[in-house]
Amino acid sequence: MNALIRLLAVMRKEFLQLRRDRITFGMIVGIPVIQILLFGYAINFDVRNLEAAVADQANSHLSRQYLDALAQTQVVRIAHRADTPEALEDMLRRGEISVGIYVPAGFDRRLADPLRPAAHLLVDGADPTILGIVNRLRAMPFATDGTTATILPAAFEVRPYYNPEGRTAVNVVPGLIGIILTLTMMLFTAVAIVREREHGNLELLINTPVSTTQLMVGKIVPYILIGLVQLALIVAVGKLLFDVPVRGSLADLYVAAAAFIAANLALGLFLSTIAASQFQAMQLTFFILLPSILLSGFVFPFDGMPAFARWIGEVLPTTHFIRMTRGIMLREASVAELWPELVALLVFALLALTLAVRRFSRRLD
Amino acid sequence: MTAGGDTAIRARGLTKRFGELTAVDALDLDVPRARIYGFLGPNGSGKSTTIRMLCGLLTPTAGEARVLGIDLPADARELKPRIGYMTQRFSLYAELSVLENLEFIADVYAVARRTRQARIDELLERYAFTDRRRQLAGTLSGGQRQRLALACAVLHKPELLLLDEPTSAVDPKSRRDFWADLFELANAGTTILVSTHYMDEAERCHRLAILDRGRKVADGTPAELQRSTGMHVIEVLADDAVAAQHALVGDARIASVTQLGVRLRVLLPEALDAPVALVEQRLGDAGIDAEVRPVTPSLEDVFVAVTLPQSDRIAA
Ligand SMILES: Nc1ncnc2c1ncn2[C@@H]1O[C@H](COP(=O)(O)OP(=O)(O)OP(=O)(O)O)[C@@H](O)[C@H]1O
Ligand SMILES: [Mg+2]
Repeated sequence: MNALIRLLAVMRKEFLQLRRDRITFGMIVGIPVIQILLFGYAINFDVRNLEAAVADQANSHLSRQYLDALAQTQVVRIAHRADTPEALEDMLRRGEISVGIYVPAGFDRRLADPLRPAAHLLVDGADPTILGIVNRLRAMPFATDGTTATILPAAFEVRPYYNPEGRTAVNVVPGLIGIILTLTMMLFTAVAIVREREHGNLELLINTPVSTTQLMVGKIVPYILIGLVQLALIVAVGKLLFDVPVRGSLADLYVAAAAFIAANLALGLFLSTIAASQFQAMQLTFFILLPSILLSGFVFPFDGMPAFARWIGEVLPTTHFIRMTRGIMLREASVAELWPELVALLVFALLALTLAVRRFSRRLD
Repeated sequence: MTAGGDTAIRARGLTKRFGELTAVDALDLDVPRARIYGFLGPNGSGKSTTIRMLCGLLTPTAGEARVLGIDLPADARELKPRIGYMTQRFSLYAELSVLENLEFIADVYAVARRTRQARIDELLERYAFTDRRRQLAGTLSGGQRQRLALACAVLHKPELLLLDEPTSAVDPKSRRDFWADLFELANAGTTILVSTHYMDEAERCHRLAILDRGRKVADGTPAELQRSTGMHVIEVLADDAVAAQHALVGDARIASVTQLGVRLRVLLPEALDAPVALVEQRLGDAGIDAEVRPVTPSLEDVFVAVTLPQSDRIAA
């Protein structure tokens, strides 16, 4: 009974502090919304409208058809004309274009010859994403080069691969939920204990009968609720602006998120027991955040990563959560089907919390 | 209630080192129950460090302490509900209102629901916060903060109160009220250990310990301490107090000269036979006309005498 009173007292205190801290309060709503707008619009793995220049030395009916087909993919936007391939190279070097399209004089004849390329795409190979996209583009005319009349259908064939809008946002938003929650949740609690230490509150607090577990759990619970509010915001914005579906059950998504939020908060508390200042706490947070972005499968396909990177990824809560959000939101999976991920998160949360409680010293020395 | 009888705090050889620095050096302490025990000492003499060891916040490097019959630091947890600690630095929540802070503390100490509200109202009234209950603690003045901190420290009616410079920012009138409260608590059976830099407060304590560089250099009732300074105290009333001070400080036999307005208080070792004559002679040699007379030592004289720098004491 007393334990419950103490726990509630700590939770109430956290809520009151949070409510009075306008900036932090604003961050609860501001960070997810701004991040999702930023990421949703800016992170665009669909490569579209790459600036291109054409040197069409054939200038035949077929070559014009071919260029039309290219333009229709919307991958490239033919913005400049050049006379020679050398001119294209110059423009590429100066960074004026990302792709140079060179159609040699014998284009019509070369099309019939499967051994020689009919046309050349000059690409700024420094950017692997562009290179990859354009590589696939290059295959386009060859796929249908048997009879010259069927070049146009090839353009159709390309389209689904580059599924203009939707695809990236659909893939990015479920992952983004994980990244945003990692950032905000970990930051909130990473500074929690350190702040009390810096403000001198801790000296009084650890001298009261409040137990370390009551203190830690009391600090976590309010933020779980905040995390769930953030989740609702992200899902809503994702749906409204980017038309990201939640194909599975919303309740399942919330269950997964609650476990994930708890894991991050516990991790944050643990960091808070290590850090000597709020600044250090933030550094530690970013130390975790970076691999969470890069190695969780958010940016690179998880299975494609080297074993060593996958190992690190497996340890990060974000990895497991992203698997669940993608499963629930996109593949209509249920949380029960994804149970290993849920268990991983719960184990992580419990472990981190235990470590935090253990590490937390009720002494000043 | 537990072993220890009428001793609330008993420490033997209590020592705390921070690396090279010995902040508290082999301190023996006996604080009787239901008494106000004062801690005096210059800045950095180890008062706060001692108080922190006595509530289990710091682990002693050596020595032992028994507080309310509980062995420290081993059983510090048991002690927490029974003591109230007021930190030197304000440690309540600045973002919470006066009332919210009191409510938080009440809940943390699990003050019974039935009495909680009445107790909080009583404290709001007593510490003059009734009109400020909604004010954020961070916006209170320095003295108001200390009053709030005291209110929080006594809220759960602890058996032992550890107060670390509770009145350093409190005005004289409020300080008087504050001490009236302390006496009331002590009369009701609360043991109070209070550190202070104010001599008038020290005089009100039942007993005092004076710390200097981690060592206890005096211990006793204020009257006992005044009787056993080991110093003659001579008061000099001169027209030119500054010149008189200059004439006196050069003498190795004179332990200390302090100016108080137009008067000087001169401390000389008790071993000297004719302290008045000596002072008169020094002043006469310098051609200064002054009235010289022996006085009984004040507590401040005691403080100055026992905390003199080592070199001065050797000279004395
Ligand atoms: N955590 C610590 N680490 C290192 N040194 C410390 C620590 N805490 C205190 N000290 C040192 O121990 C000595 C005693 O400090 P303490 O705070 O006990 O003094 P005090 O008597 O309370 O002084 P004041 O009157 O200024 O409050 C000081 O020299 C201080 O610098
Ligand atoms: Mg101090």
